Amino acid sequence: MQPKIYFDNASTTALHPEVYETYCNLLKTKFYNSDALYDASVEIQQMIEKSRLAIADTFCVRANEVLFTSGASESNNMAIKGIVFSSQDKKHIITTQIEHSSVYKTCKELEEVFGYDVTYLPVDKDGKVSASSVREALREDTVLVTIMYVNNEVGSIQPIEAIKEIVKKESHAYFHVDGVQALGKIDIDTKNIDCISFSAHKIEGLKGSGILIKKRHVPMIPLICGGQQEFGLRGGTSNALVHILFAKTLRLALDNQKKYHDLIQSHHDYLLNELNQIEGICINSPKDSVINIINFSYPQIPSEVMMNALNSHGVCVSAQSTCASKQGQPSKVLQAMGFERERANSCIRISISYHTTLDECKEFIKILKESCDKYGRV
Amino acid sequence: MVVYDTILIRYGELSTKGKNKKDFINRLSKNIQRVLEDCPELQFKNTYDRIYIKLNGVDPFPLTERISKVFGISSFSLTQKVETNIEAIQKACLEIAQDTQVGTFKVVAHRSDKTFEMKSDDINRSVATVILKNTEHKVNVKTPDFKLHVEVRADSTYITSKIYPAAGGYPVGVNGKAMLLLSGGIDSPVAAYYVMKRGVEIEAIHFSSPPYTSNSAKEKVLELARLVSGYQGRIKVHVVPFTDLQLAIYKHCSESYAITIMRRMMVRIAERVALRNHCLALATGESLGQVASQTLESMGCINDVIKLPVIRPVVTFDKLEIIAKSKEIGTYETSILPFEDCCTIFTPKSPVTKPLIRRAEEYEALFNFETLIEECILNTECIVVKPIKEKESYL
Repeated sequence: MQPKIYFDNASTTALHPEVYETYCNLLKTKFYNSDALYDASVEIQQMIEKSRLAIADTFCVRANEVLFTSGASESNNMAIKGIVFSSQDKKHIITTQIEHSSVYKTCKELEEVFGYDVTYLPVDKDGKVSASSVREALREDTVLVTIMYVNNEVGSIQPIEAIKEIVKKESHAYFHVDGVQALGKIDIDTKNIDCISFSAHKIEGLKGSGILIKKRHVPMIPLICGGQQEFGLRGGTSNALVHILFAKTLRLALDNQKKYHDLIQSHHDYLLNELNQIEGICINSPKDSVINIINFSYPQIPSEVMMNALNSHGVCVSAQSTCASKQGQPSKVLQAMGFERERANSCIRISISYHTTLDECKEFIKILKESCDKYGRV
Repeated sequence: MVVYDTILIRYGELSTKGKNKKDFINRLSKNIQRVLEDCPELQFKNTYDRIYIKLNGVDPFPLTERISKVFGISSFSLTQKVETNIEAIQKACLEIAQDTQVGTFKVVAHRSDKTFEMKSDDINRSVATVILKNTEHKVNVKTPDFKLHVEVRADSTYITSKIYPAAGGYPVGVNGKAMLLLSGGIDSPVAAYYVMKRGVEIEAIHFSSPPYTSNSAKEKVLELARLVSGYQGRIKVHVVPFTDLQLAIYKHCSESYAITIMRRMMVRIAERVALRNHCLALATGESLGQVASQTLESMGCINDVIKLPVIRPVVTFDKLEIIAKSKEIGTYETSILPFEDCCTIFTPKSPVTKPLIRRAEEYEALFNFETLIEECILNTECIVVKPIKEKESYL
């Protein structure tokens, strides 16, 4: 079934036609193991390395600082566990209360299974952690600070520029950033960030595709021991074509970021304005969030019911992170921002893209109003 | 390697039924054919006291679970069919014995064909002798590890070792049809099982309240229907869009009476859909005292709006008994999946446990529920669910 309005681009995106086409063409013939020694394999290996180099140039890092992974959840696990396990004498980690589950649960596991001490920094009502709270939390035995760039539920942008200076200058800790929701949305400067994770499928790329940028000086223990792939940090035959496609995906996304910024901004402003005029709706995203995400609550209707209602009209939205959508708990992020349970229980996240049209925005508002009227408190 | 060529089906209670017996057997045969409809090679032969399914090369073992679910069968066996002469019988029995793990055995011969030259006891002895001579098995007539049944008939002889117990009861359909209220909980699939066991065919009616209930909740109900459909071949599920009526109830009625009125509306709709589909009764998974709407007072108040008899097979069961049965029939794991159904979504804080018919009628007089009921029925979706999942093309 084809949805009518897809407002869930922070969850995943449609494949870019150019990525699709190149992938299909490569799939037909390029099946060789990129680590074998004959010409057909060497050719694929070279394509991967060209992709790696292109990505490295984009982020102003060296080619051997780009690691291909299966996606951002893996990149986050790899960075966090890989770093803390290689510095056994230090046992303190700093993160926030609003991280994606792949960071949050990794920290929980390190806390509960491996005996690490984890500080979960609170956020303000705008969903932002303060740089000074990072400074206060830093300790002599802090091994890692891991903080997301853009929150996936409300779109709040964290003060990464300020935090990285503090971590670099005032501690010996490593700094990891989950950059998934920032990529293709805001400009990212990787200077003084030790590790940063990205995913392809959030920027019109393939699922099962991600990277971890890991600076040379960062020690890391591999999670998957095996062959020589990814400099020995991630064993297993390379998913070569997927890695090859990451460079193209990235280039297209960054081009489109510039090209369509104003268009997305205008749709964002339209939606925000219309939402503000619906009685009972409260906006949860801060004013200076990324422009592709708007999170709001209509406290009379729980998220699940609202999603079902919108879904019956062919409208795709999320409540909290899609990765936690089946648990039926109120949003942790909204609770951390200090919103009461009812509001955290009724949040809806819409995330638009450059494909979004004004007509879709209008239609969405119309369907939303109808749903609020019909299913609001009985 | 023993090759079976027939499945022999033994009847349950219907062996005692007089003149309707032929109808019963035909119905049973049809019901079996339905659950095995994906094996066109099978040939069915109905006789006065057995149904024989000729396998024609089909592997019988994957079919046994499905056959054991068909009501009206007391037991069945996989059999070899051989010529009615003692050499052929001995040879086949020996093969089965050689195929079985060494232990103790007993031969049980029956002679429906009394013209056969040997008496049952002589057959037992001659077959046992061959097995004792050629294998390590020992005889034990009291508690054998396996029994070899030899049924001598005029045309041929059927040899079986293992008897599979089956579900018993009556062939579904011989005692008419009922409309079951299927909620998605633990009780109603168990009720379905017991109703079908007495030979009553089931159609199911489900009340769905989108967007308060999700598509997954509906899929869950269809899956439950599929799981119990194995007992009757296939099942028709009527999905009633209930939201507008439910919203009207909550708008016009006191919160404490909302569940009572809602149930009264449900049975009204169920009765009408039942009559249109030639059902003779309603069936529910109600269990006395389990929730507010299942007290005797509530049942009376709800029952008051319909004329069809209501079968409540689990009405006196403890919850644990119902759970045990639902595990046995394989519906439990699906029943406990956490999706809202239309009963749980608006649960009032203090529902009335002793509702008065008079009060319920007063509330119902406050709005025009007739139109809403007709709309529900008009928009009801009918889905036929089969026991075997259809294979998706992408798999």
